[in-house]
Amino acid sequence: MKNKENVLSQHYEINGGDFSNAGNISTQIKETLKELGIRSSLIRRAAIAAYEAEMNVVMYAHQGQFQFSLTPSTIHFTVKDLGIGIEDIELAMQEGYSTATEELREMGFGAGMGLPNIKRNSDQFQISSTPGKGTFLDIFFYLNQREK
Amino acid sequence: MTLKKVKELLQAEVVCGESQLDEEVTFAGGSDLMSDVLAFGKPGILLLTGLTNRQSVRTAEIIEAKALVYVRGKKPDKEGIELAKKIGIPVLSTHYMMYTSCGFLFKNGLPGVSLLREKEDEK
Repeated sequence: MKNKENVLSQHYEINGGDFSNAGNISTQIKETLKELGIRSSLIRRAAIAAYEAEMNVVMYAHQGQFQFSLTPSTIHFTVKDLGIGIEDIELAMQEGYSTATEELREMGFGAGMGLPNIKRNSDQFQISSTPGKGTFLDIFFYLNQREK
Repeated sequence: MTLKKVKELLQAEVVCGESQLDEEVTFAGGSDLMSDVLAFGKPGILLLTGLTNRQSVRTAEIIEAKALVYVRGKKPDKEGIELAKKIGIPVLSTHYMMYTSCGFLFKNGLPGVSLLREKEDEK
């Protein structure tokens, strides 16, 4: 517990290229949210967004940090990576746009759906990036909001 | 449709989850692109795929798929099978290709996830 408002706060490290463990963070978060009795439709949205964000770090960055915190009103993820970054964020947010290599595509990813999927599943989403340095994602889900 | 029926229609081999074949699926979807699966998948889906790595099973877990069918005679890799066993998701493997597999299931009354979505949108 980090401060009064936070019910829960977890920090995870992600290693770029570590495909074997990709998805572990998302499933851990999913389990935690289930145990806490968060409604299933929201858990699913959060898990999908977390998984896409996790995969992005594994695919495109050297290293990343995934912070998960839960307050009485929000689920909050921040994902910060050291990696190639994104030149044109507007373009990267378009469905189908991808810079993935053939190798990544063969793994079933790199369809250009990752960032749009994160945005679609979250209630609030912000992205910033510095090419050559890394990318930062700020993702929120509201616990008391009607399903979209 | 029970998973047993899916197995029969696709002449599939059960890779794991033999004891869960009486469970029912009510819709299906097929893709090799996991990001597409994450975008269109709904809980309870029967997921057909030709992608055999661990991520195919992981994706099924994230979207809460009921079962996985690998087409073109494929099976998940060792890590994938281990993960499927751990999370308790039945895995079938059929020698039919994607189009044929989907066709057999559709023809026998198993609708696609997209049809389900269109119905919901109409409401």
